[in-house]
Amino acid sequence: MSFINYAAREINCKIVYYGPGLGGKTTNIQWIHEKTRADAKGKLISLATESERTLFFDFLPIELGTIRGFRMRFHLYTVPGQVFYDASRKLILKGVDGVVFVADSQEARMDANIEAVTNLNENLKEQGYDLATMPYALQLNKRDLPSAVALAELEQALRIKDEPVFEAVATTGDGVFETLKSIIKLVLKDLKSR
Amino acid sequence: MVILETDHKVFVELLEKILAEANAGFVFLVDKSGPQIAAVGEMELDTTSLASLTAGAVAATEGLSSLIGETRFSTLFHEGVGHSLHISQVGEKAILLTIFDEESSLGLVRLRTQQHLPALERALGEVHNRNQLKGEPTATISSSAFAEISDEDIDALFG
Repeated sequence: MSFINYAAREINCKIVYYGPGLGGKTTNIQWIHEKTRADAKGKLISLATESERTLFFDFLPIELGTIRGFRMRFHLYTVPGQVFYDASRKLILKGVDGVVFVADSQEARMDANIEAVTNLNENLKEQGYDLATMPYALQLNKRDLPSAVALAELEQALRIKDEPVFEAVATTGDGVFETLKSIIKLVLKDLKSR
Repeated sequence: MVILETDHKVFVELLEKILAEANAGFVFLVDKSGPQIAAVGEMELDTTSLASLTAGAVAATEGLSSLIGETRFSTLFHEGVGHSLHISQVGEKAILLTIFDEESSLGLVRLRTQQHLPALERALGEVHNRNQLKGEPTATISSSAFAEISDEDIDALFG
């Protein structure tokens, strides 16, 4: 649910990075934080365990500039990928405007990817959203690993509609900003069309 | 959700009453999905992070309450050495966060918050109801704010 504040002249949108555990959701957000200029970003908050696994969420507010006098602010969230944190994932989807699914390209993680897409669909439904109409981008991460599944095979298994698909290596930033730009455009176009 | 300047003024007036009467340092109204709605007080704070974490804390507490069969915990209190936090749910959609120090007390903050919660709930309810009605002024304002955004505007955001 986008939040338009006429008093503050700002528009806030919420984007959630979703996907299986250890797929690179937090790494995406960390890269964005690292490469965004200081006056355009807020603090990166990570609620993580001692072993740096996301426990509740990561949060990064970024501000891209103004459109028609409104400051465009995007709140980026990640969810915990581990299956037993499902309750946390549901909470973070509240008020979401767009979702990036970060898939792990490794063959051994195919089942986890499919399970996470199904779980996303169910949790969105529970919050009253429909993945079919939600702004959505698919990022195929870890493309540099030798065990990465062929692109066509991954797309066939994970693509759920005509969503844009990006190959990425989040640790080096490849594909990270391309994915972010794409989801932001989709969110704004969706709001525009309502 | 659309907050008009007139809505914001109503919220700020109510928050200022709580701030003064509770002798608090900062009073903050947050939407449950994370963004801030209005804030008053003199403290230098990262309000964006504060809003997101407050919403997260309340969401987690709601999860806890449902696990033990409670509808919800309407109030949270975090006691610190210098500053303490008092968090109240405002209706179903918003959260009121009050930060106070030794100049005030939990009892006073709780009393003043409870006194003004009904008015805050009413004001928020009106905003939410208006946001639900299609064709009403807010819906029109909301759609026009986005309709004016061109594809070029969106591209320009990325430099």
